[in-house]
Amino acid sequence: MKRVYVNEQWCLACHLCEYYCAFANSGEKSMVKALKNLKINPRIQIEERHGISFAVSCRHCTEPLCVKGCISGALSQKDGVIVIDQDKCVGCFTCVLSCPYGAIRPSDTGVMQKCELCTTNASGTPACVQGCPNGAIVFEDRGEPA
Amino acid sequence: MKYVIIGNSAAGIGCAEGIRRVDTAGEILILSDEKYHTYSRPLISYLLEGKTDLQRMKYRPDDFYEKNHITFRPETTVTAIDPDKKAVTTDKGEQLSYDKLLYAAGSSPFIPPTEGYDSVKESFTFMKLDDALALKEALTPESRVLIVGAGLIGLKCAEGIHGLCKEITVADLADRVLSSILDADTAPVIQKKLEENGIRFLLNDCVTRYEGNTAHMKSGETVPFDVLVTCVGVRPNVQLLKDAGAAVGRGIHIDTASKTSLPDVYAAGDCTECVDISSGDTKILALLPNAYKQGEIAGMNMAGAEKTFEDSIPMNAIGFFGLHMITAGTYTGEVIDKSQGKNVKKLYCKDNLLKGYIMIGDVDKAGIYTSLIRDRVALDSIDFALVSETPGLMAFSKKYRDETLGGLRRGY
Repeated sequence: MKRVYVNEQWCLACHLCEYYCAFANSGEKSMVKALKNLKINPRIQIEERHGISFAVSCRHCTEPLCVKGCISGALSQKDGVIVIDQDKCVGCFTCVLSCPYGAIRPSDTGVMQKCELCTTNASGTPACVQGCPNGAIVFEDRGEPA
Repeated sequence: MKYVIIGNSAAGIGCAEGIRRVDTAGEILILSDEKYHTYSRPLISYLLEGKTDLQRMKYRPDDFYEKNHITFRPETTVTAIDPDKKAVTTDKGEQLSYDKLLYAAGSSPFIPPTEGYDSVKESFTFMKLDDALALKEALTPESRVLIVGAGLIGLKCAEGIHGLCKEITVADLADRVLSSILDADTAPVIQKKLEENGIRFLLNDCVTRYEGNTAHMKSGETVPFDVLVTCVGVRPNVQLLKDAGAAVGRGIHIDTASKTSLPDVYAAGDCTECVDISSGDTKILALLPNAYKQGEIAGMNMAGAEKTFEDSIPMNAIGFFGLHMITAGTYTGEVIDKSQGKNVKKLYCKDNLLKGYIMIGDVDKAGIYTSLIRDRVALDSIDFALVSETPGLMAFSKKYRDETLGGLRRGY
């Protein structure tokens, strides 16, 4: 299946992926409305230190510890994409305890949010990939199974 | 192939899903002594709190059994297992044969023998949906509630009913709350949060005698109450398999493939004991993620795969009134205390490994610490000074990042 991959050496730490992610998941039509003067809470996060930077978002593991450990049944695997039913999530943080990448975090309402490869918004190709100016985040099928 | 699964909670459902990953055709029968579609047991406190409802707390969607070609038999209690005939007997007098059996009978609340307990009119435990519904029914805005047990279940119960009653007193024999997962420094943080919300504690204390609706405490105090909830602990339900001849310690013995000592009989979840790799001890790890994974591994193996689950550790994510905490592993070795302000972070290291941690407040990316314990990552192979300050992938080698962010994933 097509997955988001990160090319660390090309990352500029520009944080545009974070803005595009927050915008795509805001449901707003205007980027200004969605992001201006707000503290954004994107599902992809840049880690940076001493000139090294890279984006981290859900790896959509084939053996997802977050899904297996989810106490409410809110997390599930749909065609290889790990999705969350925020209506079922109670914000217990067991997925935060489970994820080896720190890629699932609370939304502004307290229930969890995560990258769903933009399958649940209007973006089409993941917005972080579309918005990355330097090919540091790509969306490719490298033959890894769903 | 005919699979019979005793138990309809995380381990049983994990097993059914594990079977279906390997065998899409075999007959699966799930037996449950409850009447409900599979639901999340740990969500019963959230139900009382109003954070979920009966529909949303279903552990799997309404069409789960149908979609997975599972025959679900609610309100059916297994009364005997015959491993020679490969059949189970139910309370309805039927004999149901199996080729492969999963025993996921869970655990039951333990009620300590206390004088006068039978004289308490409104007395409850807090484990199943029916327990929660009955408790809710008994509560009025004027109820004074005594909860015996300040562990995970007792405190979640307290939070759940907080808005449904007048006052809550929690008593525990231990000198602190959550004594199984917090130490003497960190437990008071959680206790304070609960006290700020009006919950009263009687620690280092226990009920010596009930007299109607009064509890006489060891300390000499008397606690009048309207409703009693006993949450002192649970006992694994092992009897049926024990009677059938399976090896049983405190819980049912299983290997890393979730096999019991009986042929074609597997077990998973709270009724079993397994090795905690953070301490090396065999123990009961009554945790939902553990139950699911043991069940899933059992199911895959029942269907002919050869899989093992070898990295069980104690771990808990829990929160009270918006204050979250995550703990994992064993608190042994050198303590690295990175607590800052209101946020608690204690890391326990030994033999170049992270063995356990306690985080309260800011728990962001705690799973990175969990993975260090679970994967037994040599601490000198990463930038441990960095990761102990800020959990992240930055502390790992570039090779690790290239693999994880660029390709390879975890698997069994």
